Amino acid sequence: MRPSTTRLLNILVPVKRAVDYAVKIRVNPQQTGVDLNVKHSMNPFDEIAIEEAVRIRERLPKGSEPVTITALTIGPPKSVETLRTALAMGADAAFHVELPETAPAPEPLGVAKAVQAIIEKQQNSVDMVILGKQSIDDDLGQTGQMLAGLLDWGQATYASKVDLDLDQKNAVITREIDGGLEQVCVKFPLIVTTDLRLNEPRYASLPNIMKAKKKPVTKLTPADLGVSFKPQMEVIKVTEPPKRVGGTKVESVDELVEKLKAAGFTAVS
Amino acid sequence: MSRLWHWSRRCSRIFTRPNSSLASQLNSVTDADVLHFSKILSSPSSVLSILPSISTSPEELDIYNNDWMGKYFGKSTTVLKPKTTEEVSQIVKWCNDKRIGIVPQGGNTGLVGGSVPLRDEVILSLSNMTQVRSFDPISGILVTDAGCILQSLTDYVAPHNHIMPLDLGAKGSCQIGGNVSTNAGGLRLLRYGSLHGSVLGLEVVLPDGSILDQLTTLRKDNTGYDLKQLFIGAEGTLGIITGVSILTPPAPQASNNVILALPRFENVLPLYKTVKRQLSEILSAFEFIDRTAYDLAVKHGQGRALSEEEVEGAECFVLVETSGGRREHDEEKLNDLLESLLEAEEPLINTGVLAQNPAQFSSLWALREGVTEAVSKEGKAYKYDISVPLSTFKECVDLTRERLRSKGLLNGDQVKAVIGYGHVGDGNLHLNVIAKAYTPEIQDALEPFVFELVASHRGSVSAEHGIGAMKTHALHYSKDETSIAWMKKIKAIFDPNGIMNPGKVLE
Repeated sequence: MRPSTTRLLNILVPVKRAVDYAVKIRVNPQQTGVDLNVKHSMNPFDEIAIEEAVRIRERLPKGSEPVTITALTIGPPKSVETLRTALAMGADAAFHVELPETAPAPEPLGVAKAVQAIIEKQQNSVDMVILGKQSIDDDLGQTGQMLAGLLDWGQATYASKVDLDLDQKNAVITREIDGGLEQVCVKFPLIVTTDLRLNEPRYASLPNIMKAKKKPVTKLTPADLGVSFKPQMEVIKVTEPPKRVGGTKVESVDELVEKLKAAGFTAVS
Repeated sequence: MSRLWHWSRRCSRIFTRPNSSLASQLNSVTDADVLHFSKILSSPSSVLSILPSISTSPEELDIYNNDWMGKYFGKSTTVLKPKTTEEVSQIVKWCNDKRIGIVPQGGNTGLVGGSVPLRDEVILSLSNMTQVRSFDPISGILVTDAGCILQSLTDYVAPHNHIMPLDLGAKGSCQIGGNVSTNAGGLRLLRYGSLHGSVLGLEVVLPDGSILDQLTTLRKDNTGYDLKQLFIGAEGTLGIITGVSILTPPAPQASNNVILALPRFENVLPLYKTVKRQLSEILSAFEFIDRTAYDLAVKHGQGRALSEEEVEGAECFVLVETSGGRREHDEEKLNDLLESLLEAEEPLINTGVLAQNPAQFSSLWALREGVTEAVSKEGKAYKYDISVPLSTFKECVDLTRERLRSKGLLNGDQVKAVIGYGHVGDGNLHLNVIAKAYTPEIQDALEPFVFELVASHRGSVSAEHGIGAMKTHALHYSKDETSIAWMKKIKAIFDPNGIMNPGKVLE
């Protein structure tokens, strides 16, 4: 039986502004990280998370419970662009936890605590958090799991398919694991992290981009949430992998043998 | 005086004899010639010949004799791959003395059979001339051997924050010498203009073997006739380009693109006007695809399709690209434009999508660039690369479709589709007729119909692909008798023996 008191299905989607995957990254001269003065866009796994939230809404039959999708980002002022993309794709509202331009990149635990604080600020009305399985800049892949731990919620990671049963208040998630697919059933509220094959994100249409400009973005500070993004890790040094040395052409077998000998290779007897 | 005039007139009459008759006077390469070439060329691997003294296997010559589409097959016995301009010069001098035809060849990526022999001319491949001679990072002037591949030049100037002024699908194989020889157009023409502007100097080996050194790096040089312009687009019929001096523009720091869905073709022109005015210097491409072409691209998996609501009721699509120096500035301009387009009282567009990241940027481009590939997957294509006034793009497509329908050919069994796409910004329409098979009926229905249609608009029967061997008979639809006569005179002055790329461009 459907619950008579219609309540919103609330989906929260944290997104991150990251160096675009198509950019050829370079280590900065100070060797403290990579050059960030390049094209940024939404972390691809987060884009998949937003897309899935929108598809959940579109999949529900007309007249069923309304779905609200809230996007959230933590980062410098420019991160608001990432939120606008999320809003243009179909999110209804957004939070921006603003950090100074020069602040160090937040770590998974800080992010998870901030997301937890936002959920608590919303009087625990969130039913589901969909996150990218990892961010392609630091590849840490921990935030979703930590958040599940902090909230003591169920989690389904590396999702390639999400089916909701709103009557039963649970979700059946297909996960990509070594050697096959695994299906798990998780009760609401829950954490889902997305894998690459979950969906293919849509283009942002012009009318939706225009509408997105009018959607509300609430600004917050770390202090508002009572969390600190002080890093617990110290980056000692970032270096590029050694350059591959190109080959050379030789004119004859004798020359080849000579070169091999010079390089320290000897015949196996 | 009058006798002299008569004399020169008689001469010019001799000189303007059709090339084909000259070509028939050309000699085949002999084994003695090959031995001589081996002496000229420093490296033994620079001479490929099936004649006895070298005995290369005939298959090795296939990639030089045949074009990539498998449409033209030459019968050359000998391929020469010189490494220096001096070597080119000596080869040409020998061939001129012996009346041997020469086909200069770059990446052999042309679409009109201009880079392969028609008979057994010697093939002079520039692919061993691959040195960058100089690059000035301040002026952006690049001086390079003709055999450098376009992509490798792009990579060469990239660390200096410059790009090549041209870009085309064949960039991984085509050579700069061939690009200049054919006056290649491509995707950046709207922004950086044609090679007639960006090429600053050329080094050319003339048909008598002498070297024309105009390899200057001057932006301004008004000293007499600008001879180098003659070789840009001459398709190797006047000489062999061995070196190129070209101006490379600074690389844009930010690019963006958007695909707009239009309810009617009539809106393309007012849209172009609006877009040009509002985007001004950051506009770098304005490309057009009609609905049939779009559907084909989607059908054959070229780029991610727009959603159904977005394409509903669209008669054609336009891809707009911006490139500029500062992302925020460009985005603001583009957003203002899009807002004004959507909020207009009588909107020119239904809707559209804006790329949110480089992946989507490529995907939107793929919908346009992928049309060519989609066409070849769909069937056999009759391709017309024409320049006509923008306002007649749709008319040209519709009239061609109508023509085929009236001949009873427009059914799934013969002609599958007639599509139009191309570079609105350059007035260049690609009119493609996709058939199940090449047949004489379709050919006769299309030609000279299309050429006459183009001529009626004073258009060009070859906007960017060139004349090559394929369109020599159609040249007169775009050039009048006087023009062709003067072209022939010029050809006769440079190449009185008709050894340079015989049978190409001029009949």
